[in-house]
Amino acid sequence: MALPTRKFDAVVVGAGGAGMRAALQLAEAGLKVGVLSKVFPTRSHTVAAQGGIGASLGNMGEDSWLWHMYDTIKGSDYLGDQDAIEFMCRMAPEVVYELEHFGMPFDRNENGTVYQRPFGGHSRDFGAGPVQRSVCAADRTGHAMLHTLYQRNVRANTVFFVEWMALDLIRDASGQVLGVTAMEMETGEVWIFHARATLFATGGAGRIFSASTNAFINTGDGLGMAARAGIPLEDMEFWQFHPTGVAGAGVLITEGVRGEGGYLLNKNGERFMERYAPTMKDLASRDVVSRAMATEIKEGRGCGKEADHILLKLDHLGVDVVEKRLPGIREIAKKFANVDPVKDPIPVVPTCHYQMGGIPTNYHGEVVVPTPGNVSTVVQGFYAAGECACASVHGANRLGTNSLTDLLVFGKASGNRVIEYLKENPGHKDLPADAGEVSRARLARLDGQTKGESVFEVGAEMRRTMQAHCGVFRFPDMLTEGVARIEEVTERVKRTEIQDKSKTFNTARIEALELDNLIEVARSTMICAEARKESRGAHDRADYPKRDDESWLKHSLWYAADNHLEYKPVVLKPLTAQSFEPKVRSY
Amino acid sequence: MGDMDRLRWRCRRGLLELDIVLTRFLDGPYEALSSVQRDTFSALLTLADNDLWDLVAGRNDAQTAPEQEIVERLRQA
Repeated sequence: MALPTRKFDAVVVGAGGAGMRAALQLAEAGLKVGVLSKVFPTRSHTVAAQGGIGASLGNMGEDSWLWHMYDTIKGSDYLGDQDAIEFMCRMAPEVVYELEHFGMPFDRNENGTVYQRPFGGHSRDFGAGPVQRSVCAADRTGHAMLHTLYQRNVRANTVFFVEWMALDLIRDASGQVLGVTAMEMETGEVWIFHARATLFATGGAGRIFSASTNAFINTGDGLGMAARAGIPLEDMEFWQFHPTGVAGAGVLITEGVRGEGGYLLNKNGERFMERYAPTMKDLASRDVVSRAMATEIKEGRGCGKEADHILLKLDHLGVDVVEKRLPGIREIAKKFANVDPVKDPIPVVPTCHYQMGGIPTNYHGEVVVPTPGNVSTVVQGFYAAGECACASVHGANRLGTNSLTDLLVFGKASGNRVIEYLKENPGHKDLPADAGEVSRARLARLDGQTKGESVFEVGAEMRRTMQAHCGVFRFPDMLTEGVARIEEVTERVKRTEIQDKSKTFNTARIEALELDNLIEVARSTMICAEARKESRGAHDRADYPKRDDESWLKHSLWYAADNHLEYKPVVLKPLTAQSFEPKVRSY
Repeated sequence: MGDMDRLRWRCRRGLLELDIVLTRFLDGPYEALSSVQRDTFSALLTLADNDLWDLVAGRNDAQTAPEQEIVERLRQA
């Protein structure tokens, strides 16, 4: 029996910043738009973004999109595509002013203009000095953005399907994307969403690591669906880490703790940063500190039963300094590490924060794949924006505040591209006869599995493997072993079993389906990282400490079906600006 | 299973801090709540993430005494 079907002009999967910005563009153009979201839209992970939106408004002094572009390319360690980066930096002021007109409560200057705060890595005149470029709404920019975009979407009659999980992409024999299958959590029923255009905005997949700042919903559903449907994933070896997240929890401990005199200890009680950075010690840059921590753990000097974390000591600062200069830290440590930091050190570990890679797109948000004779052939009917997509504006490392810039610019741009495409392609193409079969088979396998694996245990093994073998600092022996281990975990994921087979709000089933997505992200990350024999941006290898432009100035493309890799060139030619040639990076 | 699972899912938030605290609460102290208190907890879950986190982190207090009672327990979780 065929699955029940709903028809839309466009289906957007994910209702964070990118999904809602795209949906708004489509709904305001009069299209029938359905947005699928696992959680209520304003509870998407965009809510966690505090830093602001990078845009060269020039409200605090001279600024230009070209300087923003330079900072972004340098930040990307020259792996970012310069056409997409120019497009983003030029569009940024426009999307910020639009958001202002939608009612976003930005912080303001005395003269009424939007205030801009300083942020690391942002410079004027190609690195000559710092510039204030980040627009914000106090420390809850993401929260304000989600509420603004949600209200605006309701006004534009966007149809939200809340507590629905998309399961699989539907493609026909030509490869065109015709929608998705999705499960309504309330009933457990699976529907086909038949769409003329399908846009993924499913966010990142930081939950592949045991130490992650990402919320539990960040399971890379869009990446899993794309990978299973034959779309390669791009640059998955690049993940941004923060040196000090609470071990076992992921909640960040601000770098201000080390700024105020806190320092790191290994299991012998040694202040090891003195060995790695004799001058700056614990105040060395993020990558230096993360690398040292990872080395201590790898060489057996980690703390705790599993020797898997480092201690951050601040009890010597005294109660007054901790309470006055580091507000909230004591509460966070007590709540998430179960220690009072004025008495005991906080267990910390380098913690994953942001995914630079994703579903390959061009700067219009169209998903692109290599075909014979063309490295970037558009997949008809398929779009992606935000953290799940790889345009690629972040390259090997993301500049602070560009995550929100990315989702606004490419949310809007992909929406615009869908509108154009739908004008040229009226009507729904027929669904293939077997539409939805893949999802039905996956669910039948899961429900029928006996003597299978626990979702919790296999998930934990995946996260441990990724953390130990493919974390912030990468060692050749660990990567080689990691490839074999993650393949073993992949085999176990194929045999997951759930005890509860009920239909209504079966969270066990949802978590098993999420693990199917996470494992594709984990595999791609491990395989790409093992293969890339250089250090660039956030990909940091002990055996190849330098960037190698001659061999590796190229994007990785990983294919799920047979685990093979292909590469495509970085776009070094911007749209109108002069190309920024790769240089040695220093800050 | 339905009701408890629905509640568990609604403890999935945009902020990791809330994911951890709410899940902990659901796995522990929640069981001892009266049905009125459970309703109050469900109502708190409809708050925006940052507003709920401000309550849990002690930056704000709840508007009503019954809500504050649950917030106090969340702070301990």
